[in-house]
Amino acid sequence: MNKTASVAREPRPVANAPADSTESPALLPPVDVIEDAAGITLFADLPGVPKEKLDVHIDGELLIIEGEMGLEMPKDMEAVHVEVGLPRYRRVFTLSKELDPGRMSAELKHGVLKVHIHKAEHAKPRRIEVSG
Amino acid sequence: MDFSLFPRDLVAELDRLQRHMQQAFEFSPSIRGFARGGFPALNVASTPQSAEIYAFAPGLDPTAIYVQLERGVLSISGERKLELPAAEASVHVKERFGGRFHRVITLSDDLDPDAVRASYREGLLHVSIQRQQAAQPRRIQIN
Repeated sequence: MNKTASVAREPRPVANAPADSTESPALLPPVDVIEDAAGITLFADLPGVPKEKLDVHIDGELLIIEGEMGLEMPKDMEAVHVEVGLPRYRRVFTLSKELDPGRMSAELKHGVLKVHIHKAEHAKPRRIEVSG
Repeated sequence: MDFSLFPRDLVAELDRLQRHMQQAFEFSPSIRGFARGGFPALNVASTPQSAEIYAFAPGLDPTAIYVQLERGVLSISGERKLELPAAEASVHVKERFGGRFHRVITLSDDLDPDAVRASYREGLLHVSIQRQQAAQPRRIQIN
């Protein structure tokens, strides 16, 4: 867990995501967040979610990832051992200002979501010349 | 009582607490580790005709997943290779599993090792094993 002051630069998990009383309980998918000079890349594990049931959207400053599993279960099935007890995932991140939500791409392959958000041009690292 | 390496790290403390609870409630953990928390996560269900196993294993190459059934013991193994970040990139969050995995579950012994179907879709591995004909419930005719 990263506890240094660098949190302002990364999308950080929101502890109190917008409270919606009708919201159904969901699993928190594990993610990796990697940043380079061009932008931020986020990987999320969403096994069982088909493309049609995945929803990645920006709401104000928030990046919201939601997905529902599309399992077709045989009838008269009886659960013997359950480690994944909910059929949906949800995770919310706060984006920082230097990211440009207008330039975002997302792809889903074998249950792994990859989201790439570019940095706004003005926020790309620049070296400041020191004179004197 | 065990102690965490970093006593002031709240996350490490919670992790230790969780392991402690697991030990307290699962009286005899299997020699291959605790039943929960491994990769891939498993759901097992049973029907009168079959056993259905769902392994939540995203991001794998389906040709590199090994599924074996031997005497009612199903083993799922393979390796998950994560995309490596570029040298100059920084990693802010790292929660996803990477590396070799192997999970073993004991199923009932009435399963037919020749009637196994496995499919991999959307990161979900589904193994369906038929029960042996002799073991399936049958209505007995009364003469």
